[in-house]
Amino acid sequence: MDSAIIIPLLAAAVQSGTPILYATLGEIFTEKSGVLNLGVEGCMIIGALTGFIVALATGSPVLAFVIAGFAGMTASAVHGVVCLWFKGNQVVSGLALTILGAGLANYLGTSYVGQIAPGFKPVPVPLLSQIPALGPIFFNHDPLVYLTYCIPPLMWLYLTRTRHGLSLRAAGEYPAAATAAGLNVAAYRWCGILVGGFFMGLGGAYLSLAYTHLWTNNLTGGRGWIAVALVIFAFWRPGRAVFGAYLFGGIMALQLRLQASGTQLPSSLLLMLPYALTVIVLVMSSWRQGANEAPAALGVNVEPID
Amino acid sequence: MFRIRITKRQEPLGWSSCLVLAAALALSLALSGLLLSLRGTPALDGLSVLFRGAFGSRFAVEDCLIKAIPLFLCSLGVAVAFRLQIWNIGAEGQFALGAVGATWVALSFPGLPGFILLPAMISMAALAGGLWGMIPAILRQRLKTNEIIVTLMLNYIAILFLDYLVYGVWKDPTSFGFPMTPEFSPQAVVGKIGSTSINWGLAHCLVLGVLVWICIRYTRIGFELKAAGDSVRAARYAGIPYDRLVVMVMVVSGALAGWAGFIEASATINRLQPSIMVGYGYTAIVVAWLARLNPLSIAVASFLLAGLRVGVENLQLDLQVPAAFGGIIEGLILLTVLAGGLFTSYRVAVRRK
Repeated sequence: MDSAIIIPLLAAAVQSGTPILYATLGEIFTEKSGVLNLGVEGCMIIGALTGFIVALATGSPVLAFVIAGFAGMTASAVHGVVCLWFKGNQVVSGLALTILGAGLANYLGTSYVGQIAPGFKPVPVPLLSQIPALGPIFFNHDPLVYLTYCIPPLMWLYLTRTRHGLSLRAAGEYPAAATAAGLNVAAYRWCGILVGGFFMGLGGAYLSLAYTHLWTNNLTGGRGWIAVALVIFAFWRPGRAVFGAYLFGGIMALQLRLQASGTQLPSSLLLMLPYALTVIVLVMSSWRQGANEAPAALGVNVEPID
Repeated sequence: MFRIRITKRQEPLGWSSCLVLAAALALSLALSGLLLSLRGTPALDGLSVLFRGAFGSRFAVEDCLIKAIPLFLCSLGVAVAFRLQIWNIGAEGQFALGAVGATWVALSFPGLPGFILLPAMISMAALAGGLWGMIPAILRQRLKTNEIIVTLMLNYIAILFLDYLVYGVWKDPTSFGFPMTPEFSPQAVVGKIGSTSINWGLAHCLVLGVLVWICIRYTRIGFELKAAGDSVRAARYAGIPYDRLVVMVMVVSGALAGWAGFIEASATINRLQPSIMVGYGYTAIVVAWLARLNPLSIAVASFLLAGLRVGVENLQLDLQVPAAFGGIIEGLILLTVLAGGLFTSYRVAVRRK
């Protein structure tokens, strides 16, 4: 393979990895507070539809993108109500949110299928996009891709260097001790759920506003679940999530190219690639004891004390 | 001001928990009605079309029972795993592989007499589904790999594998390009009960349901399941072979879903085609949770959720409501039932400050 093939492929990897990256960062944030939100797929698809509808109605992709984030936040709030207020099982609640989200998006989105909304277009970064190889791969995208370059370092700073971030992690590691130290665990968990949901909504909106520009049923296609797996692969670290997301972006881009190239391989086998890779990546992370890095109280509801 | 006080119940709520369930169902239906009116369908008309479509005629009730069969089997399997706190959300894929296994036997040995062919198809379906369920179990046991994500990914892979077969090597040359296998020979088809349209799969459900119920209620394994489901650590101290239990439970779970795949392929559509995958494996999770993992209640809940599916089909035909509406109701039911769990396992008191 020469650079005429490999550089566009890597650029495509960054682009198709971006929605997964948004969602993975959101789920890392949520899980750090001790809440397991398996409803990523649901939050994403609701964000995707909301973004699409708002862009169509207002013609402003930026406004659509922000509102999609709030839509994802609203969806994740359902998970918060069930798990934090009603002490529901976090695994099942997340699943329910995914079923509900997919249902809602496909139900409300039927009349939008096939329509095209105004979205984001590539804006090459001056100077940086001129760098050989790196320029076209990283700096010739839409602004939403550049936004993801800033989020992981900021999230890392927040989680490791700020009092609020450390408290949020305490709520996820050892809620009883956090409570004893005077922290409001429920409030931090709400923060984890809502901010995480915001990012998931953004990830969904990236799909409808920058990746496809059009609405189809089941637009997210399991990307939310891949994000859940990537959190484990990333050992709950925002920086590592970037590699994971681009790895999956790469495999999706490769699969599309192979399909377009008229290969002999049946398309159903090609479509399996990202899902098979998810299993492989998970197995490798568990091999390296990745699960031990999980927040200690992940998925465990705080019992009310008398 | 008011203050809400929540304390853990020492004994779970008895019959009143049915009230909580009823309230949860009512709330879900009310919210779904609201969504109907949002798209311009009057809520009450919509819901009445849904109910009449599901339970309004003998034909409709028979259709509910037909759909309840795969739901019941998948849900029974899901419930067995959930009892051990093993989150098998892979019933969909195990169902797909069961259908593939049964189809392989049916297409390879079409000439065998029914009393050999059908048991062979069942065994192959259960084996395929069981092995598909065993993969995440082994990974979890050996490497602590998260079974939720693995089972889910295996769903996608299994469904794409089914597609690969029916679009490729198994495609019927006389199907005018439609992705489907040739029709099964008459010996490979599970027949109908008497003059009804219901197939004998219903009897399979009865037998398997009773077997699972006996296992859970009266055997050592059932006791071990309950103990280990309540506390893994306590179970290990008591010498319960937890790891072996995990694998066993996932194999049983997968085999039951695979069996459901066999019934769908053999009795309902008489061949394999992509439309066999309608999401029973996911609805099964709603059913299992609604029934609080109890086999008898699963029978009732799978009939109800099958009714919901039939009703939504009717809504789609009569009022052009998108099929995704069913997913909304299922999601809402699951969420409200989960939230309602607060009242069954905790005592909630509102006090004046």
